[in-house]
Amino acid sequence: MELICPAGTPAAFREAVDAGADAVYCGFRDETNARNFPGLNFSREELRTAIAYAKQRKVMTFIAINTFMRAGQETLWHQAVDDAVALGADAVILADFGLMAYTVERHPQQRLHVSVQASASNADAVRFLVEAFAAKRVVLPRTLTIADIARLANQIDCEIEVFAFGGLCVMAEGRCSLSSYATGKSPNMHGVCSPASHVRYRQDGRELVSELGDYTINRFPAGEAAGYPTLCKGRFDIAEERGYAFEDPVSLDVMDHIDALRSAGVSALKIEGRQRGKAYVAEVVSVMRRALTAGAAERPALVSRLKALSEGQKTTTGAYEKRWR
Amino acid sequence: MTTSVSPSKPALSLGPIYYLWDGPKWRDFYFRIADEAPIAQVTIGEAVCSKRLHFIEPQLGDVIERLESAGKKVSLASLALVTLERESQLVRGLVRDSAHPIEANDLSALHLLAGKPHSIGPLVNVYNGATARLLASRGARSICLPPELPMASVRGIIQDNPGVAFEVFAFGRVPLAISARCAHARSKGLIKDNCQFICGQDTDGLTVETLDRQPFLALNGVQTMSHTCQTLMQELLELAAAGVSRIRLSPQDCDMVAVAEIYDDAIAGRRTIGESLARLESVYPGIPFSNGFHHGQTGAAWVKVPISAEFPVA
Repeated sequence: MELICPAGTPAAFREAVDAGADAVYCGFRDETNARNFPGLNFSREELRTAIAYAKQRKVMTFIAINTFMRAGQETLWHQAVDDAVALGADAVILADFGLMAYTVERHPQQRLHVSVQASASNADAVRFLVEAFAAKRVVLPRTLTIADIARLANQIDCEIEVFAFGGLCVMAEGRCSLSSYATGKSPNMHGVCSPASHVRYRQDGRELVSELGDYTINRFPAGEAAGYPTLCKGRFDIAEERGYAFEDPVSLDVMDHIDALRSAGVSALKIEGRQRGKAYVAEVVSVMRRALTAGAAERPALVSRLKALSEGQKTTTGAYEKRWR
Repeated sequence: MTTSVSPSKPALSLGPIYYLWDGPKWRDFYFRIADEAPIAQVTIGEAVCSKRLHFIEPQLGDVIERLESAGKKVSLASLALVTLERESQLVRGLVRDSAHPIEANDLSALHLLAGKPHSIGPLVNVYNGATARLLASRGARSICLPPELPMASVRGIIQDNPGVAFEVFAFGRVPLAISARCAHARSKGLIKDNCQFICGQDTDGLTVETLDRQPFLALNGVQTMSHTCQTLMQELLELAAAGVSRIRLSPQDCDMVAVAEIYDDAIAGRRTIGESLARLESVYPGIPFSNGFHHGQTGAAWVKVPISAEFPVA
């Protein structure tokens, strides 16, 4: 299985390459990618240098252009695809059908991967993408069990990439407008979710309150570590129940299931975290690289090192195991 | 003050019921729609959760017959999130066996419907004209645009696709997200695989409040909806002028016949927009309106629009 690693900065890109990535994925510094955060991502020139660095070391570069083209501003997305092709991207990772159609028409030789944001969660969905856009690989949504993935792999003529480690969306990706409902900034159109520009912390008595837009997302009593107010990871009241309504603040870790994913027919494992620093990227990539080749005896120690790197150190296997539902 | 703007008037369409209503309630709702509501197009079926299908299946035939006898055009909605083999089979069966047009709500339906006339539901990501063109080239005849789209996008997409009928989500709680996991079951200490159809207790969704007791969202099984009711009423004339063919009303557990009449009266110029909004408030009381998405603001926002024109009296 290939190891697909995140890079939000040129420094993280080099770390990922050096630590053993098979491919690094990254995006341009604008709304064309789903991690459009301040201070992240690549100018054309930075990407040119990064791709050259990767190519010398036989590492691939995938460019994520995985938001949805806003009507009237399609040029921004078209230009991103044109530039990614010209810069020598080994694949473009796309979510928007209109942009896929553009890419197939203008750059028929370009390898096209389907972003998780496209929400292809079953065999017929993948067939649509293969037939309409000659997609070579699909990144599956984090809504499937390993058994679902194995069944799917047998039915399609397309490589499968899955998320193995990092942040976890509890909602079907690319189909969530919670953030834009609360802030006006949309994951699909602007590449942001629960953006920092709309986050506020305030002290209320002994509690620290985190807010997103006009909404309280959590309250932390003195002594409890305060997390970032990602909307779907907040605490809410439902009737008399108070708690994490959608998902506990955990991150995804399926490293215990490497063998199962491999025999399910998965071609590539993806690490989430383009917003993470270079030290994190270096550490996760190198541990995962070793975990992929390690024997069963050696693996638990590597897995526990990864757990220490997770958000709040609590992890979940998410939808990969059925009981999560 | 009335200007002489006279765009072609959009028809009314009723989207699928996103909530779990028991069979008799579901049937009686549509019987009344058939008999009384000024609605041209009705999309029925389960779009949210495959586990719920058996509640409505026994009623489906009677409901379709009643709606068609009343002159309504009927489409069937496909599932929004298809992950299990059983769910894939359901969508395949729907496409293969249905004598009625299908409203596609996920990519599997897009594959299965290729080359057949069909419609696209608001849960498929159509954000630009190129995507609409691609879907139209594969057989889509009408597209209900995602509720998240601002007016500039609606206008642009329609201009790019003169051959397609466009529909806009103009009344109802907004479907904001869908998950493989059921937050509704979770809120009652259950999981999806053993949910006891607990979502059926909340026929208009289960309110999610912030810790400061501010109503925020509504749970509907695996779907998360807005607490507010998206209400494009002040914007109807603008939508009509942009070439929108149909105005979609999404069923809430309120008097939807009255809601349809209010929209119909507004479009026919029998009531002013201001009067119509006041009537809507009394039909679906206690739930705030929103139209922020349409105006490119936070989706939950309510933007008061100065009304400079009304629909001409029919």
